[in-house]
Amino acid sequence: MNDSRPDLACQGLAARIAGQDVVRGLDVRFGGGEFWGMLGANGIGKTTLLRHLAGLSPSATGHVLLGDRALNDWPRRRLARQLGMLQQHTAYVFDASVLQVALTGRHPHLGRWRREGPEDLAGARAALEQVDLDRLEARSVTSLSGGEARRLAFAALLVQAPQVMLLDEPTNHLDFRHQVRIMRTVGDHVYRDGRAAIAALHDVNLAATYCSHVLLLYGDGDWEAGSASELLTAERLERLYQCPVTSVDTAEGRRFHPSFVDDSGMSRSAS
Amino acid sequence: MLTASPRTVLIGLCLLCAACLVLATALGSVPHSPASWWHALTHPGSVEGELLWRLRIPRAGAAFVVGALLAVSGCLMQVLLRNPLADPYILGVSGGSALFALLSMSLGLAAALMPLMALAGALVSVLIVFGLARGSGPWSGTRLLLTGVVTASGWGALISLVLATGPDNSLRGMLFWLMGDLSYARLPAWAVGVLLGVVAVIMAQARSLNVLSMGETTARLLGESTHQLLWGIYFMASLLTAAAVSVAGSIGFVGLIVPHLVRLMVGSDHRVLVPAATLFGGAFLVLSDTLARTVIAPRQLPVGVITALLGVPLFLLLLNRARLRPQAP
Repeated sequence: MNDSRPDLACQGLAARIAGQDVVRGLDVRFGGGEFWGMLGANGIGKTTLLRHLAGLSPSATGHVLLGDRALNDWPRRRLARQLGMLQQHTAYVFDASVLQVALTGRHPHLGRWRREGPEDLAGARAALEQVDLDRLEARSVTSLSGGEARRLAFAALLVQAPQVMLLDEPTNHLDFRHQVRIMRTVGDHVYRDGRAAIAALHDVNLAATYCSHVLLLYGDGDWEAGSASELLTAERLERLYQCPVTSVDTAEGRRFHPSFVDDSGMSRSAS
Repeated sequence: MLTASPRTVLIGLCLLCAACLVLATALGSVPHSPASWWHALTHPGSVEGELLWRLRIPRAGAAFVVGALLAVSGCLMQVLLRNPLADPYILGVSGGSALFALLSMSLGLAAALMPLMALAGALVSVLIVFGLARGSGPWSGTRLLLTGVVTASGWGALISLVLATGPDNSLRGMLFWLMGDLSYARLPAWAVGVLLGVVAVIMAQARSLNVLSMGETTARLLGESTHQLLWGIYFMASLLTAAAVSVAGSIGFVGLIVPHLVRLMVGSDHRVLVPAATLFGGAFLVLSDTLARTVIAPRQLPVGVITALLGVPLFLLLLNRARLRPQAP
């Protein structure tokens, strides 16, 4: 770990949501070159944990460190150059163009009086191209569909280009093509450029395909963290989601799906 | 979305301001031809020059500055509450100001003291709302809005009390003041200072405001210390409103429709929006005040009546045409 590429790490972190433990005693280092998938049932506290990792919640027990400094000790502006987050929801109240919103990713990098220059514009356009929005750059953000708004928020994160990317359900609202595209783009930034990414995901198979590591949140504060290929097993996923899980070995690797056959042994298509 | 380049719009607005100021100083109970207007302007010592320089120019200047103060305050309030329907008076600043101004009228204090009283009332209101809304937790726009709106209705009740019990001979003056009136307005240097100072500060923070209008969390993730920024905006908006109200009473609608119209013209980038709103707000109020002086001359209307008469239909039209979203889903 050097100063320009700091790692994000938790030490004894305890987070709670509405009286329930999300994690207890979480000790994990999210290193450069690691793409973490965070998996857990609905409402288990994935977003809460991501907010702790982003320094958005006043620290509970334990520490979240970026480099050797606690998140709260980082000046917010310098922190934003190292750590960024794709939120689960983005609502636009005021009109702005797609390009203007993509350019907001440059905000922490520019001085107070500096206007966005040609290289900033080029960077924003390149990011829009990566999420397939380059032809919509003049469109008003209030007219975008859910999936387009999501891709735009991701493009703004790409423009921000932080060392650590936190992603709250990045594939929400996206069709197959764009799900794959966004996961690949994150993968490129992680494996090729040595950045770190932590993504809350609902799709186990996306995690199995693209993530090098997973963090499993079982509820009641129990967690497991480690390499994706070791931790992603049908037994663990059954405990994670409280539902029977079937694993299938395919040419592309192991895939998981909930068992669609109910207790009587019948699936709808079979009946 | 953008129909013209920001530069074109700003130049156009400068020309509009100049035209409105010329119109405001040329029209009146003694109208000027272009030649006599120029003569009066260049000969301040003549009778016409006295009229122009001692009455019309200060009044037009006051109208311009008050309009600009209200328009910029409206822009800030809309970002602060993240709601395009917010206006400068929504948090009760004008109520406190009005109560103190009316009290000074009913107590028969010197007219020169009134702007000071109005300013004091505005600041009292700001401190009350700030103290109550701050609480201990994180920033809450909803709590600020509720505290402000309830405080505003409290001032409203007290204002009615003063009106109901006040001496009859000062009622007319009080009503004019409540509707917003520039008849006796003079342009105090401090109001100009407040306008220039706050606009300069906002321009330095303009990109932060852009980020903030996308949501508080987004702004924090992009490196803003939103807590300080939001309270700073609250105080600046309140200061602008207090200055405007103490010069000319509570003139409605300028702070609501001017930011809207300007957003439609130049978009929501505060680096353009704020200067454009300054110019357009000023021009709009100068024009409204000229109408207030001339439509039923020699009698005068309170300018607040004109801004409302222009503002209500304009706003409804906008709401209908522009498919305005008060809150995104």
